[in-house]
Order: sequence, then structure tokens, then C-alpha cells
Amino acid sequence: MLDLLRFGSQGWGDEMAWGAAMTVAVAVLAYAIGLVLGSLTAAAKLAGNAPVRALAGTYTTVVRGVPALLVIWLLFFGGSGLVTWVAAAFGYGGRVELSAFAVGVVAVGIVSGAYAAEVIRGAVQAVPRGQVEAAKALGMHTGLRLRRVIVPQALRYALPGLGNVWQMTLKDTSLVSVVTLAELMRQAFIASGSTRQPFVFYLTAALVYMALTTASEAGFRLLERRAERGVRRAVG
Amino acid sequence: MKTVFAAALALAATLALSACGKDEGKQANQPTAPAADNGVPNPLRVATEGAYPPYNMLDSGGNLVGFEVDMMKEVCRRIQVECRITAQAWDGMIPALQAGRFDAIVAGMSITEERKQAVSFTQGYASTPAYLVSAKSNPLQAEQYGLEKVNLDEVDATEQAAIDKVRAQLKGKTVGVQTATIHANFADKYLADVVDLRRYDTQENLVLDLQTGRVEVGLADAVAWEPFLDRPEGQQYGFFGPGFDGGLFGAGMGVAIAKGQDKLLDALNGAIASMKQDGTLKTMAEQWFGFDTSLK
Amino acid sequence: MDFDLIARSLPQLLSGAGLTLQLVGLSLVIGLALALLVALGRLSTLKPVAALTGAYVFLFRSTPLLVQIFLIYYGLGQFAAVRESFLWPLLREPYWCAVIALALNTAAYTGEIIRGGIRSVPFGQVEAARALGMGGALLYRRIILPQAFRQALPAYGNEVIQMVQATSLASTITLMELTGVARAIASRTFQPVEVFVIAGAIYLALNFVVTQAVRLGERRLGREAAR
Repeated sequence: MLDLLRFGSQGWGDEMAWGAAMTVAVAVLAYAIGLVLGSLTAAAKLAGNAPVRALAGTYTTVVRGVPALLVIWLLFFGGSGLVTWVAAAFGYGGRVELSAFAVGVVAVGIVSGAYAAEVIRGAVQAVPRGQVEAAKALGMHTGLRLRRVIVPQALRYALPGLGNVWQMTLKDTSLVSVVTLAELMRQAFIASGSTRQPFVFYLTAALVYMALTTASEAGFRLLERRAERGVRRAVG
Repeated sequence: MKTVFAAALALAATLALSACGKDEGKQANQPTAPAADNGVPNPLRVATEGAYPPYNMLDSGGNLVGFEVDMMKEVCRRIQVECRITAQAWDGMIPALQAGRFDAIVAGMSITEERKQAVSFTQGYASTPAYLVSAKSNPLQAEQYGLEKVNLDEVDATEQAAIDKVRAQLKGKTVGVQTATIHANFADKYLADVVDLRRYDTQENLVLDLQTGRVEVGLADAVAWEPFLDRPEGQQYGFFGPGFDGGLFGAGMGVAIAKGQDKLLDALNGAIASMKQDGTLKTMAEQWFGFDTSLK
Repeated sequence: MDFDLIARSLPQLLSGAGLTLQLVGLSLVIGLALALLVALGRLSTLKPVAALTGAYVFLFRSTPLLVQIFLIYYGLGQFAAVRESFLWPLLREPYWCAVIALALNTAAYTGEIIRGGIRSVPFGQVEAARALGMGGALLYRRIILPQAFRQALPAYGNEVIQMVQATSLASTITLMELTGVARAIASRTFQPVEVFVIAGAIYLALNFVVTQAVRLGERRLGREAAR
């Protein structure tokens, strides 16, 4: 059974390894998009005017209420049309195409952003109001307040939640296989169809995902510990 | 933290680019070069499934191979464009073609009236009937169905009797087809009210479940069954009942392109016709199928 | 928007939504029962029990549900030993494979939610109950679990919504639930965007109902607590 996973032209080992690399690539880029979208959405919910707040609320409600699989398909079939339409609105006449890779990254990023937004909003709200007022009283302007008082503390509160969003994002990339992007799940699917050995390949995929999630959890724990240095706690 | 993130981004970008060098990961829609004078896009972005042996499949090197892959490479050589063939999910192919994700579909797609509403087809390049398969030990195999072949263009009394016999025999059984195929259409029309119909995303997964016994009977293209029936584990399985063609099975398999691309259609038709004429298509069919399936 | 398409596909989509609800309901019931065992196992003082349930939670939370579904459906079906076992009547049906995968998956997440709820019950209450002569099952039934569930309800509400969406993956193993039906209609009508938008709207409606139900439950539990 194990020679099925050999590297080279005879086995599927190299395809699976490439798939794993592609999974990491999609997850990292989607997470980056998610963090940016999430921060903007959280800001809109906390400080925007009514229409902006409504827009942000619709985004998080809709995206968190619809299966990620549907989001991916919608973007795959409708994405190019949408982007072309937006480009035309800015005066660009040509056709804009989204590759399967771009569709995967953007779709998973949109989903990731909706969850990240809630985490970030909660973290910002967890910063005691008194501190913001004190900063105002000291004459700090908005940018400085954000940089010196709110962000450093909110980041610490947000870290565990953002860790969960990362794990979710990483696992959601497996859904991109339905638009035939050659990530880990897709490679396992092809290999098991071709060799008729689904157990070996799906188990291998599961083990790789397990290694990725475990390693990143350790990473996030390190970050949390770093963020909490100098914080006194009642217990432990 | 910043450097780690930058490094991760760089890694991701490198992977995204380098993965394009592989067939399966290759993006179907890199910016298309301006069309040549003859109105044919170059490179020509071609979609196939990669899970429908021996028409098209992926080998363990991740490369697309098969009858249609060879045929399309030759077509592209003759119309002097670069072929960029990629694997796509079967049931989303026509919408994706319409959305401009690629220029042509070569995926064992039969020319049917329904599909002609949405896309244009070249002339047919292969035609094989549909067959039912079950385990050889299944009593279905011993039955007499009266006919070798049912042509659905004009169903006469004996053909109707054969269809009725098949319906009666399959009653209450689980039957597997690949989703969004002519075989699924046939099952919808003639079998759905009496059998438990299961739709698979690929022919390969249908075969897997035929082997586990989750489906008792499968319906698919005769040639698409061969790679399985030729394998050691396929020896216990065999065809039964009549073969089906004509009618909703359409007029053979053709290359599908978006509507209104007349120059591309002419170019493809010309290349396929010349391959029929000089025997290239016949040679390829014999190489991949063991017999000639080309339409005259 | 193509209203004709909506009118034609809506009945099929709604019947698909019926199967979605069935899958959600069944896997939630089984999952919740399992989750309770998982939570108690994780808190058990017996080392092997705690380790075993811990490994279970780790396995199911660290891999994508799609892999779990494929591993159970295609992976297990590959072995003659499985096909000859007493489990095969269940595992041969895509319906039960989906329910099993979904239930095992939600049990891992819900188990952790319940464990968190149990740990949030102040120890003083346990001491007080013990002082009144309560112990074992009665202590759990009367004191610990009611409070643990109340504590866990908001998180569990989120888990239920996640489950509604997770059932969409059942479409990958031939089940014609909401997403499966949408996919079939899209490939037949060649109008995927419209069909997926309608399906998305139905999911949103389902989630709205679930959210309201959870809120109602929270209010009820809150009232009982206030008495």
C-alpha cells in the first residue's frame, strides 16, 4: 500500500506533497484577506454610520449563514462576471478572469473575514472604556489612541479567537477542491479515483491536515504567551 | 512576526506560480493572448474532466492522458494554436464555458438538443452506446432482454418491449449514473420512477460504489466501462441487457464551444474532418479503445 | 433575475431543504448524546477514559469534515471486512454515512462546549449538594448539568448553525439535500449563479429559524434561573 505514496512518476507522494503546499498557500492568503476584511468590518460595525453598519452586518450575517461550499461555487461561476462589471464601472472595458486559485483564496478569505470580524469586534469592546476616556483626557488623538491603547490590548484579547478562525480557514480550504484547484483534498480525490484506494489517500490527507492544525495551534499558543507577557492574572 | 508573515506570503506566491507548471494545477485562465488573425484564441484553453478513462484521465504523474487528450493536441497542432488542457469538475463545465473560463470542452460530451441550447458543438468525433453493468453473479445477467441494441430515435414495439423488460427487472434496485450526463437523463426519463437512482460526481466514484455493492447496477458509456471491466477486480462484472443509443443520447460526442464563435467552430470542424479523412482519428481510437468508434 | 427559473426550481429546492433538516436533526440528536459522554469522559479521573475521549476530540476537530465524510464513505467501503460486518447495512447507505460523519463531528465540538459549561459550575454548589446528601447521578442531573447547559447554550446555538451548513457536504456523497439539488439544477439549466443564490437564501431562512429557537431557549432557561 505504501508504494502508492512513493515520490516520482509511479507514486502519488509528490502530488500529495504539492497539494499540501497548495493548501497552505491558499490558507495563508485567504487568512490575510480575512484579517483585512475582518478588521474593516469590525471598524465599520463599531464606528461607521448607519448604512455602513448595515452593510457590515449584512456581510457577516449572510456569509456566516450560507455554507462555504455555496460561496465558493457562486464566486467560481459568477465571480468573473462580477469583477468584470466592477472593472467596467471604473472604466476598464476588457474581460477580467479569476483563476481557480484566485476564486479559492477570495472565497475562503470572505468566509474567514466574516468570522474574524466578530472576534475583532468583541476584542475591541473588551478594552475598558475608562482607558479610552483617560487617553482622550490626556489629549491623544484618534490614531494615537488606536495605536497605543486599543490595538495592543485588543490584539491580546483577539488572539485565541483569531487562532480558531485560522484553524477554520485551514480546514475550509478543503472545500476549494470542488472547483478542481489542485490542493491536498483534490489530489487525494484524484489519486483514490485513479488507484481505487480511497482509504489510503483520504487517511493521508487527514494526517497532513492534523499535522498542519497541530503545528499552527502550537504557533498560536506561543504568540498568546508572548502577548501576555507582563500581564498579571488572578490565577495561575 | 512581520518577517514570518512576509516569508509566508512569498512562499505562497511562489507556490501559486510554480504550481502552474503542473497540468492539474495549471490555471485555465491566464490572460489570453490576442486572438490570431484567423479568429481562434491562442492559446486555446481546453477543459476536460480527467476522471473519464479512457477518454481523459490523470496519470500518477498528474498529467492528463487519454484518447481525447491526444485528439485535442493533434487538433491544436493542425489549427496551429497552443493547447492548454486542464481538468475541471464535470457538472460545472457548461456554465464555466459560458462564463468564459475556457474556450472549449473536450470531455466525452455528447451532442444533445438540450446542450445545444447553451453551447455550440463541432461535428461528432466518437460514438458509443450506453450499457448497463452489474456483477456477473447477479440474476439480472441471466435474463433475456430480446434485443442487442435499442435505438431511441424511433422506438418500435420490440424495442419498447426491451425497455419495459429492463424497467421491470431493475424495479426497486439501486442504479448509479454520473450526474448531469446523458445517462442520467436516460435514467431520469425511463427508470427514475422504479429505481433508487444515485448520482455520482465522477465515473470513477460510481465504479468504486459498484464494487462495494452500494449500487447494484451502473449505467454508462460502453467505452468508459472498459478500463474497469479489464481490471482483475472488474472480471466479476459484465454488461447485461441491450445497449442504448440515439434519441436523448444524442449524435455522438463533439467539442463544445461558446455560442457565436464561428471562426473557432470552423477551424475545429476542419481539423476533425481532416483527422477522420487521413485515418488519424481511427488510429487513435484503436490505440485507446481497441476498436474504431469514430463517426463517419 | 429569472423568475421562471425560481418558480420551477423552488419546489425541488424545498424538498432538498427537507432532507437537509432531517440530516441536521438526526445528527444533532445523536451528536448531543455522544457529546455528553465525551464531556464526561474528558473530565473523568480514569486516565485511559480521559485520554481516549481526548484523542477522539482531537481527531475530529483537527481534520476537515469533508475528509471525514470521504474517509467514512469511500474509505471504509473499500475493505471486505467492513462490507461483511454487521455495520454494513448502515455504512452502505450514503444517508447513514452522512449522519454518522456529521454526528461524530458535532459530538467532538459539542463535547468541548459542554465540558466548558460543566467546569463553569462553581464548586461551592457541588459541596452544598453533597452536604445535602446528593451524589452521583442525582448531583449531575439536578445541579451540574442544568447550569452547564445554560452556560453552554449560546455556543451550542452557533454549533447548530454550523451543522446546518455542514450538511451541504453530504451532497458530495450522492445525497440530494439542498446543495445537491441546487447543483443538479445548475448543471441542467446552466444557470448556476441564480440557483445558488436561491439555495443560499433558503439556508439563511433556516438559520434564522434556528437562531430564534436558540434565543427562545436562552430566555426560557434564563427565566428559570431567575426564579
